[in-house]
Amino acid sequence: MNGVPAGWEVVIGLETHAQLSTASKIFSGSKTTYGAAPNTQANAVDMALPGTLPVLNRGAVEAAIQFGLAIGATIAPRSVFARKNYFYPDLPKGYQISQFELPVVVGGTIPIVVDGVEKPVQLTRAHLEEDAGKSLHEGLDSMGVSGIDLNRAGTPLLEIVTEPVMRSAQEAVAYAKALHGIVTWIGICDGNMQEGSFRCDANVSVRRAGDPKLGTRCEIKNVNSFRFLERAIEFEIRRQIELIEDGGRVVQETRLYDADRDETRSMRSKEDSMDYRYFPDPDLLPLVISAAQIEAIKATMPELQKATETRFMHEYKLSEYDAHVLTQSKALANYFEACVNEGGQPKRVANWIAGPLSALLNGDDELSIKNIHVAPAQLAQILIAREKELISQKGALELFEVIFLAEDESARNSSVEALIKERGLEQISDSAAIEKIIDEVLAANQKSVGEFKSGKEKAFQSLVGQVMKASTGKANPAQVNALLTAKLS
Amino acid sequence: MTFAAASLKQLRAALDSRQVSAVELAEHFLNRAEAAHDLNTFLHIDRGLTLAEARAADARIASGDVGALTGIPVAHKDIFVTQGWRSTAGSNMLANYVSPFDATVVEKLKSAGMVSLGKLNCDEFAMGSSNENSAFGPVKNPWDKSKIPGGSSGGSAAAVAAGLTPASTGTDTGGSLRQPASMCGITAIKPTYGTVSRYGMIAFASSLDQGGPMAKSAEDCAILLDAMAGFDERDSTSVDVSTTSRKGLVTAPNLAAFVEQHARNASTGGVFQGIRIGIPKEFFAAGLSADVAQHVNLAIAEFEKQGAAIIELSLPRTQLSIPAYYVIAPAEASSNLSRFDGVRYGHRAVEYNNLGDMIAKSRSEGFGAEVKRRILVGAYVLSHGYYDAYYLQAQKVRRLIALDFQDAFTKCDFIMGPVAPTTAWKMGEKSADPVAMYLEDIFTLGVSLAGLPGMSVPCGFAGDMPVGLQIIGNYFDEGRMLATAHQYQCITDWHKRTPEVSP
Repeated sequence: MNGVPAGWEVVIGLETHAQLSTASKIFSGSKTTYGAAPNTQANAVDMALPGTLPVLNRGAVEAAIQFGLAIGATIAPRSVFARKNYFYPDLPKGYQISQFELPVVVGGTIPIVVDGVEKPVQLTRAHLEEDAGKSLHEGLDSMGVSGIDLNRAGTPLLEIVTEPVMRSAQEAVAYAKALHGIVTWIGICDGNMQEGSFRCDANVSVRRAGDPKLGTRCEIKNVNSFRFLERAIEFEIRRQIELIEDGGRVVQETRLYDADRDETRSMRSKEDSMDYRYFPDPDLLPLVISAAQIEAIKATMPELQKATETRFMHEYKLSEYDAHVLTQSKALANYFEACVNEGGQPKRVANWIAGPLSALLNGDDELSIKNIHVAPAQLAQILIAREKELISQKGALELFEVIFLAEDESARNSSVEALIKERGLEQISDSAAIEKIIDEVLAANQKSVGEFKSGKEKAFQSLVGQVMKASTGKANPAQVNALLTAKLS
Repeated sequence: MTFAAASLKQLRAALDSRQVSAVELAEHFLNRAEAAHDLNTFLHIDRGLTLAEARAADARIASGDVGALTGIPVAHKDIFVTQGWRSTAGSNMLANYVSPFDATVVEKLKSAGMVSLGKLNCDEFAMGSSNENSAFGPVKNPWDKSKIPGGSSGGSAAAVAAGLTPASTGTDTGGSLRQPASMCGITAIKPTYGTVSRYGMIAFASSLDQGGPMAKSAEDCAILLDAMAGFDERDSTSVDVSTTSRKGLVTAPNLAAFVEQHARNASTGGVFQGIRIGIPKEFFAAGLSADVAQHVNLAIAEFEKQGAAIIELSLPRTQLSIPAYYVIAPAEASSNLSRFDGVRYGHRAVEYNNLGDMIAKSRSEGFGAEVKRRILVGAYVLSHGYYDAYYLQAQKVRRLIALDFQDAFTKCDFIMGPVAPTTAWKMGEKSADPVAMYLEDIFTLGVSLAGLPGMSVPCGFAGDMPVGLQIIGNYFDEGRMLATAHQYQCITDWHKRTPEVSP
């Protein structure tokens, strides 16, 4: 079962840091844009200059409330920011402002499905905290110095902690993906794992099946993709089981995953673990959230993923599969609905998104539904033209690609009607016109006609091809087939 | 009248009548400050910066854009960060630090047109009761140069007492405005926690730190506090008084007007008619020196003579304020001072083996003994296994102390008593015994822990040394406190006495 050796049980809990998509930092007015030149997005507060004080970003609190509502958690009416004290050069204040005893979100559940079986993953808590800066060593070694970039310092994070309820790497990944889906769906996190906007740490332990006592756990850090998360946990499970089977003991420690070697290795042991001397931050008042505030945020929440999926099935008569595919992201679902609102037939739109659109998106990682150039109205017009047999399937694909790949604004903004004319993609559905072409082709290909009449079925396809070629691909293929059959019979 | 002894209103009149310009006034005080350099009150004077502000003030006066403080000099405790002048917090850690921004208090007084004379000496990071903990040498008490001026706002108090500035800013964490004011014979008020923005105040203990004015009289303090106080969105613990219903209480910026009006309307049957003054017996217990007790009692008798009702009461946990304070303040300090790691600014050790070594050496070299002592105590009381017994317990005691005060205020309008058990002591006398020094704070710590407003008002001399009367009010009752203190100063002249300072 799920790659766990018989006789063993695996226990996994996940801690996820979701970077909140607020315009400014959690305790200062600096911007949070990724990738800016070092220290250009760090102000006096972020640099912890003497005399500076933190002021809580309302947007970060609202994001935490939205998350709590999305997973059916309790929003704490009163939560407290605490200082986690430790020295590190990229931690400017010498402490991180986090939440300790009283977090803002308590409990909640995220359902996952593995091998067709649904299972609820219970959450312990989610709390707000600030990110640290970055220490830079690459390229500076030769100068004998390290660099500190404080752009990231103070970026708002929601740390989301599960109960130790997952039993395999597959379950852990299913949970991480489901969580990723939720935070991106409600728009509180961009979910970019490469840029570190969504980071998972896994607490992994193993025990003999039936043993009520939990094994000693190791925390795995530095996992920046779902695939690596799965591989890191699988490696760790194997390592721990082999260790115990060889008569050894698992030591509680933090381990880093090395993707190049596909292994985890020790970073620091429990013995080195620091006493963070947590205490309530006296610079910040307790965070008090009223029921009215929660209700107000509830009213602005988007429809959640599951609800949208169900609605798509009922409202647009889509299959569960189609509805599921279309609700893989909020942006995708929005695109689908916009196309339908522009007159696209739902099933055709769904098929187009699952087919040609996905094929084009998969070709390039940089593209996403958020920035594709084909406006919903354009796709709807293409599908309507196709439905009316004004264009062929090939013509529809060509149109879509032309707009999709257009470099300049004018091409992107052209009307579909104009593009059909401009590119000569009108389909010929006039029987008389098609008959005329057929007659010409038959006259010029008497040899093939003879072969067909003598029983060679292949000759028919050759004649269809000749007709399509003579019409420069514009003739309606169904009509060509029907008319040709009639002529030859 | 000399400018050195003048009140803020007298200076206002002199400036408005063009008897003196802001530039002349600034030069007058700068000259006095430089002549009295042996007191070691100023850590940084920059004539160019001061005179530029004075010229701007003169331009405002010429254009008629004049407030109560336009053109009047002030000097800032070196806990407030300032653009231009160094901001050292009295520490080698920040010996060369210049802030890219002004503290809110500095900014507010500057926009009111006050002219900054520079930065004033203090105990390192405001930790001390004698100003002997400054990395830049102790401040001398202008009443007796062999004695301490009190602390931590010792430079601020001594500079006002010696007439080197008409007014100064200070900060109070456990008595640092009141105690040096008492020992230097000037007037100071620590407002209710949250009244004055802490933005730009180099933090010692965030839940206790509060800035306030130091000047020659309650009237001057009212004018200054009107300009210093106010909600600041950069400080989350700052209180927006306008949105809080505090019935009948007069708060900044209406303090000075209220003090003046109150004095005009004073009852003829005794100026303190109808006022109930609570006298906590714990403030007059063993440990209080006889001469201080005598002058404080005489002052209270004066209030009684002028119609006040004297009510004996108890603040039973007064003794506990010392251990509670010396757990909470160091705990917060140990964390607040973690930012001084030598990475981004401040002192960095020259030689070190690795990152940890760099931070440890920089801090060992940059901080003085008392600061290190408090960081160690603070880290200890917050550590795993000790947190509940020390920090949490101290917070509970703190709450009980605050409740004791609220209980007392059901019986009285103000609480009065001594500010400190003794007058200023000889330099070096208590330096070897930190605990003896901590015990000196017994009458001021409770007010800080409760977040209440407290004042020190000159009320006599024990020998040659000034004695201060402490007036404690309920939350946001600064208006009545200042009005009452002002009326006391209308019928006494202790606050008008000045030490002889060789110019």
